[in-house]
Amino acid sequence: MDLLDTFFNVPILIRTFPLLLAGLAVTIQIGATSIVAGLALGLFLCLVRLYGPRPVVLLARLYIDIFRSIPLLVLLIVVYYALPFVGIRLSPFLSAVVALTLVSGAYTAEIFRAGIEAIPAGQFEASRALGLGYRDMMVDVILPQAVKIVIPPLTNNCINVMKDTALASVVAMPDLLKQATQAQALAANPSPLIGAALIYLAFLWPLVALVSRFERRMGQGTR
Amino acid sequence: MAGIIKISNLSKHYGAFAALTEIDLEIAEGEVVCVIGPSGSGKSTLIRCINLLESYSAGGIITVDGIPVEPGRHLAQVRAEVGMVFQSFNLFPHMSVLRNIMLAPMRVRKMTAARAEEKARELLARVGIAEQAEKYPGHLSGGQQQRVAIARALAMEPRVLLFDEPTSALDPEMVGEVLDVMRALAGTGVTMVIVTHEMGFARQVADRVIFMNGGRIVETGTPAEIFDAPREPRTRDFLSAVLNH
Ligand SMILES: Nc1ncnc2c1ncn2[C@@H]1O[C@H](COP(=O)(O)OP(=O)(O)OP(=O)(O)O)[C@@H](O)[C@H]1O
Ligand SMILES: [Mg+2]
Repeated sequence: MDLLDTFFNVPILIRTFPLLLAGLAVTIQIGATSIVAGLALGLFLCLVRLYGPRPVVLLARLYIDIFRSIPLLVLLIVVYYALPFVGIRLSPFLSAVVALTLVSGAYTAEIFRAGIEAIPAGQFEASRALGLGYRDMMVDVILPQAVKIVIPPLTNNCINVMKDTALASVVAMPDLLKQATQAQALAANPSPLIGAALIYLAFLWPLVALVSRFERRMGQGTR
Repeated sequence: MAGIIKISNLSKHYGAFAALTEIDLEIAEGEVVCVIGPSGSGKSTLIRCINLLESYSAGGIITVDGIPVEPGRHLAQVRAEVGMVFQSFNLFPHMSVLRNIMLAPMRVRKMTAARAEEKARELLARVGIAEQAEKYPGHLSGGQQQRVAIARALAMEPRVLLFDEPTSALDPEMVGEVLDVMRALAGTGVTMVIVTHEMGFARQVADRVIFMNGGRIVETGTPAEIFDAPREPRTRDFLSAVLNH
């Protein structure tokens, strides 16, 4: 059938599959690096925002607000095309990772803050009144509750970062989307794009399902 | 009788506001002291200084069993000796009732899990909720939760128990069950400092009643002295307001 040949051309899909997989590897590299760096940045920003001296707190808040407002594509283009004018020339990979990390860090900071602030002061006070040391308090009382709160939104954020890696193709990064568009041009057939979409789905759907499960468990939780 | 809690020249400021002003107080071992007074008079602040949940101004001295209550290495010792029961229970919601009670003895007193569990079950029986051991706090009534909180504090075998309005967050029909547990405790030799609005309970159980106002101890005496023959006009005003209400 015509439609099948156009959008789901099996020979073309088989031929371009290795390219798409190479693209997926790049996508995962960009995503994983940005997620890890974003976690570190977010934790740092969150602690600074909660416990830092006043001027630093304001800076952290400003940072968090700015990087949650700016469109990622704009940021990426600024990093890749504008920074060279001031002598900062980053590779496509680094540009993508930097842009994703800057934004992911801002979101992660807010997630961590919400998690810690959601633990009522009474939990800290009861622990201290019982004579628990700081370590025991954090390990037995505070973190188990905070982690439960933070894991679903953190996983959500990971999904977003992974999806946003597709933007890296605009700075000529050979990620999954870029490989697919190139293969499409080469084969003069859109099947590789469909293949890429299916790979994104196969990769991210389980994560989405995981978040739903967390949220269901939280909903009927033991609180 | 030796004073187990000694407080001298205790002041506490929030910015320019004085929540406590030059409090002197000595509480004997085994004594049951009820602290009464209007809202904002500093009752919570006073008892929260005794286990350093609240810091206090330089110049004040608090000791528990001779150990200074100050930041540093003695603090763990003080907190192990001083149990606290809060208005809002503050149970750990992610642990079963049993685990709530076992945690501190295992971590602080290094008790084995088996021994801690045995003890926890004894205490639950003592506060009348042995059958709730495996449940989570969220599945208990307020009165049951507060009894678990008392058992949790008792598990550390404290010499002193502090209560900050333990029945104020409870539905009226559950106040009695918690007061009953506290009444039973009052005869056991543990020193109790109880902030409460339950005047009937205070009259019945207290060895001594302290009336606070504006961050100061205005008057202290036996329940009969305070409730039947208050000397200070402010005490009289307060009591007539709460008793006629
Ligand atoms: N964190 C704080 N910052 C500023 N002021 C505070 C703070 N905590 C308490 N205060 C003030 O200190 C005073 C004493 O408070 P405290 O909680 O000890 O009163 P209380 O006698 O326990 O009152 P209540 O019966 O309402 O519990 C109050 O005027 C209160 O507003
Ligand atoms: Mg109070």
